[in-house]
Amino acid sequence: MGAVFALVTVLAFVIVVYVGVGVAGLKSLFGIVVPYAAFLVFLIGMVYRMIDWAKVPVPFRIVTTCGQQKSLRWIKRSRLESPYTNFEVVLRMLLEVFAFRSLFRNLKAELKGPNLVYGSYKWLWLGAIAFHYAFFTILLRHLRFFTYPVPESIQIIDQIDSFFHIGLPHLYMTDVVILAALTFLFLRRLADPRLRYISLASDYLPLFMIYGLVISGVLMRHFFKVDVTQVKEFTMGLVHFKPKAPDVGVIFYIHLFFISALMAYFPFSKLVHMVGVFFSPTRNLANNSRAVRHEPAPWWKKPKFKTYCEWQEEFKEQLIESGQPIDEDCYKKK
Amino acid sequence: MAKLPKPDELIKSIDWTPPEKDWMDDVPPEIKPGRFCYPAKKNILEEIGFPNPRDWSPLDDDWKLPPNFREIIIEGMKDRLSKYRSFKVFMDICVRCGACADKCHYFLGSGDPKNMPVLRAELIRSIYKGELTWQGKLFGKLAGARKLTEDIIKEWFYYYYQCSECRRCSVFCPYGIDTCEVTMMGRELLHLVGCNINWILEPVRNCFKIGNHIGIPPHTIKEILEYLCWDIEEVTGLKLEVPINKKGAEILFVTPSGDYFAEPGIYTMMGYILLFHYLDLDWTMSTYASEGGNFGLFTSHEAMAKINAKIYHEAERLKVKFIIGGECGHMWRVKHQYMDTATGPAPKNLETPKSPITGTVFEHAKSTKMIHVCEFTADLIAHGKLELDPSRNDNYVVTFHDSCNPSRGMGFFEEPRYILKHVCNNFYDMPENTIREKTFCCGSGSGLNTDEFMEMRMRGGLPRANAVQYVRDKHNVNMLACICAIDRAALPTLMNYWVPDVQVCGVHELLANALVLPHEKTGERPRTLNMRQEPLKPEEEENA
Repeated sequence: MGAVFALVTVLAFVIVVYVGVGVAGLKSLFGIVVPYAAFLVFLIGMVYRMIDWAKVPVPFRIVTTCGQQKSLRWIKRSRLESPYTNFEVVLRMLLEVFAFRSLFRNLKAELKGPNLVYGSYKWLWLGAIAFHYAFFTILLRHLRFFTYPVPESIQIIDQIDSFFHIGLPHLYMTDVVILAALTFLFLRRLADPRLRYISLASDYLPLFMIYGLVISGVLMRHFFKVDVTQVKEFTMGLVHFKPKAPDVGVIFYIHLFFISALMAYFPFSKLVHMVGVFFSPTRNLANNSRAVRHEPAPWWKKPKFKTYCEWQEEFKEQLIESGQPIDEDCYKKK
Repeated sequence: MAKLPKPDELIKSIDWTPPEKDWMDDVPPEIKPGRFCYPAKKNILEEIGFPNPRDWSPLDDDWKLPPNFREIIIEGMKDRLSKYRSFKVFMDICVRCGACADKCHYFLGSGDPKNMPVLRAELIRSIYKGELTWQGKLFGKLAGARKLTEDIIKEWFYYYYQCSECRRCSVFCPYGIDTCEVTMMGRELLHLVGCNINWILEPVRNCFKIGNHIGIPPHTIKEILEYLCWDIEEVTGLKLEVPINKKGAEILFVTPSGDYFAEPGIYTMMGYILLFHYLDLDWTMSTYASEGGNFGLFTSHEAMAKINAKIYHEAERLKVKFIIGGECGHMWRVKHQYMDTATGPAPKNLETPKSPITGTVFEHAKSTKMIHVCEFTADLIAHGKLELDPSRNDNYVVTFHDSCNPSRGMGFFEEPRYILKHVCNNFYDMPENTIREKTFCCGSGSGLNTDEFMEMRMRGGLPRANAVQYVRDKHNVNMLACICAIDRAALPTLMNYWVPDVQVCGVHELLANALVLPHEKTGERPRTLNMRQEPLKPEEEENA
């Protein structure tokens, strides 16, 4: 159900742009107003989300330790899996953010007869890392539309990405990788009954929006070719706040709409995991809460409890009978 | 009480395929006997001042919730979202990648899809979205949002008391989302409307009022310790005494009351007593702070702190220099991650723990001033301060169960293994995906080790038991060592059900067996019995 809704939504996007630009000719709306608005929503939304998280205190150090703690000198500790210093925390986070460390641990449980077996299962990690790195590289590549002159590093990325010189213009490897990864991530949601059970429309929607984004991009590059010079003029215009909607095919506007929709959707959806991961208290804290005192949150109140003297009064008879010492200090204070 | 299926029937009943019906509409859940714990008794709630005390059963249609339960829960949720970043972030960032789905022992053993950690969190996340976010209010089910109803409360109660807060899922989550935090919040919210379980709250009441979970008054504690000393005398010939409430002692020793209450925990307790005597340690126990464990952790942050605070209070009164804590799982999560912040700073009379025997300074505990007894003992062994005869444990082929909390809340893996490798000759670890940070819960953690929950305990314990069975078949393992009092209470039942020929012990029980006392060396009275008063070498017994 969720998948169908997401698909319909994405198709509706295409129709809206097709009608809006192709039929009604609302090029300025779709070329200038929508992208600026979306970018603004993205920026403000993300800043808002981050502030919203940051202002909530982290009352306790609830690190999830995945390796040996620091204790006795001769016990080898795990700096990356159980960081003790903030520097080690940074390393742990880098590994998490750039290598998806935790996902790499993934196992697949199987019930074979009466036995449970846990095999290594790296497909999800592979699919996820392929997707994210491909997307990231594609974003970097697009900087050639927003810079003049184009920095050499961006040109190099472009050259590496089209290294195999397949077709003209050359096919980007990242386009192939991202489509394959998206397909994997989508199919696993459909094929695995458990994943299908947990998947919501809001899990399919970003997948389909990115599908739409990539496919429209690929179509534009290889099939419905658009005038790149005009596109570059337009994107540079956006950068310099002097935008002029380009006179190019609708496919470009569809592409532009998808990225706009994605940006606007980003702060209000699960996509915030991109920055949320940095706020995760099980990963971003040092496992040193016995060595270093961490002050409690401002709202925390020390609990009231039955003091020794109150307790002694209550159990005095039993204490005396069983020959346990009575603390006379309890009476001195009075 | 519900009838427990036989092991082979139980295995056959496991099906991991979820039902056709959408989970969001699948409420209220079918409350099955054997899978829920009895509610907290009316008088218990009254005594600890918790809301909505009443007589009720989860099997009733009417749970007698307060009429304004919706407002209570939603306000409680807002309050916690503004206090715990963990809760807020974890509500927002899950992408439902499903990596956690088959990591939960309760899911693996029951196949109930709402035991998949992702969905367990979604039970509350959907309400967060539906009641507190505009996206959820606008898009409803499409955004994974639901409205809070009485049926949802029933669902929460059922599933937040089918989570043992073991945090295994959090190891595998790419964002470190910790279902334990979610369950803690779920339980805190449920307390607000009086839905909670007696097995947790009665011990909490006992702790508040008397000083320990079991509710043993001070004179009885002393008697019990004396009995244990007599047992030690049977085994070793030594007449010992446990120092109680001794002012000016160097060390305060705190351990879960489970260890002086029942087998096999008492053997571990005897192990501590014997070790401390061997070292001629200046130590004391307290009949006031007589609980190391903390069922408050399974209740609320406030209850946890209220129970733990007594330890520092007592350490201050007795003017000790530092604290040693016994083998216990959730207790050490509290001591390691919460104690200092929630109930500290440590009283001024406490010093950075320094072993009086080896001189080792435990720098990693310089703020809390509390060390784990395994850290203390491993250090002794490393410095050659203990004379050990591991062959005394030759009857045992040992494996080690990493308890959830020391593993994933502390990173406590090598210390107990180091001890085990020095006190017994036959030690084999279970398969690597079932130990250390990937260890499986005993199936009874977080206050769920009660009899009426037995079916779920056996289901949730299956992954652990299955791994024990593996090493039993491969290496003839017959002893499962652990460093947790709940484990020592729960694992014997689990082993008895799944792997009947495996026994359970604490690490310091095996240490006590191996510890060569001075008078034993001279041949004056050689050791013939282990702590359980079983012959060390059964063959010789037969020959004699």
